Amino acid sequence: MAAIEEQGAAMGRPNGSPSGGPTGGISSRLSMQTRRLLWVWGFLALPILFYTVIRFYPTLQAFYLSFTNWDLLRPAKLVGFANYIKLFKDPQFWKVFKNTFTYLIVGTPISLVLAFAIAYFLDRVRFMHNFIRALYFLPFLTTAAAMAWVWRWFYQPPPIGIINDVLGMAGIPQQPFIRSPDQALFSVMVTAIWAGLGFQIIIFMAGLRAIPSTFYEAARIDGLGEWAILRKITLPLLKPTTVFLVVFSSIGFLRIFDQVYNMTTNDPGGPLGSTKPLVLMIYQTAFNSYAMGYAAAQTVVLFVILMIVSLLQLFILREKK
Amino acid sequence: MRKATLFAGLVAGFSTLAFSSAQAVEIEYWQYVFDTRVKAMDQLIVEFQKANPDITVKQVTFPYADYQTRVVAANMSGKGPDVMQLFYGWLDKFAVGGILQPLPKDTFPHDKIESDFFPIVSAMKRGDDYYGLPTAVRSLALFYNKKLFTEAGLDPNTPPKTLDEFVAAAQKIAKHDASGNLTVAGSTLDMGGQDHQWWREVLIRQFGGEPYTDGDKKVTYDSEAGLKALSFYTSLQLEKKIGQVGFMDEGQAAFRGGKAGMTIDGTFRLGSFKSIKDFEWGVTELPANAEGIRSNYASYFANGISAKTTGEELEASKKFLAYISSAEAMDIWLKTVGELPARRAAAMTEANLKDPIYGPFLKGLEYAHTTMFMDEAAQRQNAIDMVNRVFLEKQPVKDSLKQAAEAEQAIIDAAKP
Repeated sequence: MAAIEEQGAAMGRPNGSPSGGPTGGISSRLSMQTRRLLWVWGFLALPILFYTVIRFYPTLQAFYLSFTNWDLLRPAKLVGFANYIKLFKDPQFWKVFKNTFTYLIVGTPISLVLAFAIAYFLDRVRFMHNFIRALYFLPFLTTAAAMAWVWRWFYQPPPIGIINDVLGMAGIPQQPFIRSPDQALFSVMVTAIWAGLGFQIIIFMAGLRAIPSTFYEAARIDGLGEWAILRKITLPLLKPTTVFLVVFSSIGFLRIFDQVYNMTTNDPGGPLGSTKPLVLMIYQTAFNSYAMGYAAAQTVVLFVILMIVSLLQLFILREKK
Repeated sequence: MRKATLFAGLVAGFSTLAFSSAQAVEIEYWQYVFDTRVKAMDQLIVEFQKANPDITVKQVTFPYADYQTRVVAANMSGKGPDVMQLFYGWLDKFAVGGILQPLPKDTFPHDKIESDFFPIVSAMKRGDDYYGLPTAVRSLALFYNKKLFTEAGLDPNTPPKTLDEFVAAAQKIAKHDASGNLTVAGSTLDMGGQDHQWWREVLIRQFGGEPYTDGDKKVTYDSEAGLKALSFYTSLQLEKKIGQVGFMDEGQAAFRGGKAGMTIDGTFRLGSFKSIKDFEWGVTELPANAEGIRSNYASYFANGISAKTTGEELEASKKFLAYISSAEAMDIWLKTVGELPARRAAAMTEANLKDPIYGPFLKGLEYAHTTMFMDEAAQRQNAIDMVNRVFLEKQPVKDSLKQAAEAEQAIIDAAKP
């Protein structure tokens, strides 16, 4: 009963929305409408309150902390922009900044193209379709830490690394992978892409299924080739899905942590800081060095980056009218 | 008659109840979660409460990764422990941050501390005050795989005594496949493990230098001795090819897996190595240099009293701290956790020194140094990077050393309270 009432309220909201006010005119329904609105706001207040306490307040607090020298032990003292100046002068920060964007700029397109290609073809496969899909989705369900450790062992030099064993059998020289400043970042990125692939495939497939088959039938009757269908029908109609995945995956790569941390625990973010993303730097600054103010400044920078990247993507991929 | 006894018993019961409820003091003890340490402390608490029925000690534990943050956060909110365990390297933060109070001199007289404990306890002293006392201490030693020694034609009962012998033995043990890949390491090379301590407090001193001066606030290893020490360390991989950084992922894993002839590690590794079934291993003192100079790195967790503890709780805390740093407690700790007693008399017993495993660690304590870290994680990272620059980026040893010394000085200066 309550559920029906709530549904009614939800449906009725656009008419009696706050902008219009509950002055619908029909006085007999006014009290009913007000009551419903109270219900709605009553339900909404809880998450709002929750978010205010759990999300917004700490966010604002982080902004404030970034202007202090708080170290957990002594009371925070305002230091103006000192943390930000220190950050921009810190060569480690720029290295980490570069790493973070490498993860983003290389990782996002590769993972999306891969996911789309797999989804596109998997969509046509009937034989063991569900099984194959489950295989792709499995890594997404696995704990990032467990997966990172397995990959970490795969990447080991001989005698224990599987990948190097295979390379050896094929007569290809051994690779240092996560022990090399040049290869480590990409070695870690591969695992991150692999881990996120299943989710992206599922979303892409849902998007593909949502395109009405009549469009394809019409195109085929008109004699359009597969390539043209892909370019003219599938990709444009898939745009909302793509936008969602681009934003989602970008945020994922900008916040990458688990894989890096677990694959390099004895030299976190190493070797020589070559795999360290911004989030790991924040973690170390805050919880190894206890420089909370400095870490807060790094967090604010990450926040700004995330916001700019997301807005930029929404703007570029926006619906052209 | 029976009634009378019963009555008397009841009265006695009530009176002790009343007595203890009037006198009962509960204090809280904090340490991090490590199975054997928690068990040992449980046992110590039982013994302590037997001797002091009016005091109850409540043990609270946290995962190691959170522990320091918890203590600091609890201190801010005023809900911290009365007695707490802390790593000696945290003292600067804890003392300056007002988390600990100086040990009361009436219960813990300085001359007693200095005469009874190993000299490394001085790391708990700031100004004129001691801020904590350890129950147990840890030192380093050379673990060696007797099976690999025998296979390489070495005598498994005479492990290397000097650095030259160490290198020679490692070279005999090390094996490479046709394409030059290491398959068995002579010795592990793992700066992220204990090698950075070995390099810092042992090798630099053996090559005639000093890692730091001025209470470890000034980095002095960018010197002739530092250069020799780092060249020696990096040559183990580059020229002598006895090991490789990252071989089998971690040094201790390589040793455990029977793929490394030797490894330098601490007392805390004993528990994990004790479960090795495939081969017999032994322990010996860290190799001396050609002139016979030895050094070692020792560290410990100490127990201190919270700055906020006063009155009855303070009296109870003093008693408890005195008990857990007594010789009796140290013996229980050694048996349960396997860590060495911090009191000279409790440690240097005939039986302990003769023990083939504890003996070498105990001898190391006599000449051990303790680095006063300002930011342990960052200083360790700095040592890892220094070696990696030489191995992975082919940076000349001299330049890498100079860069490391400057970077570490910056870390120390930034962390100065």
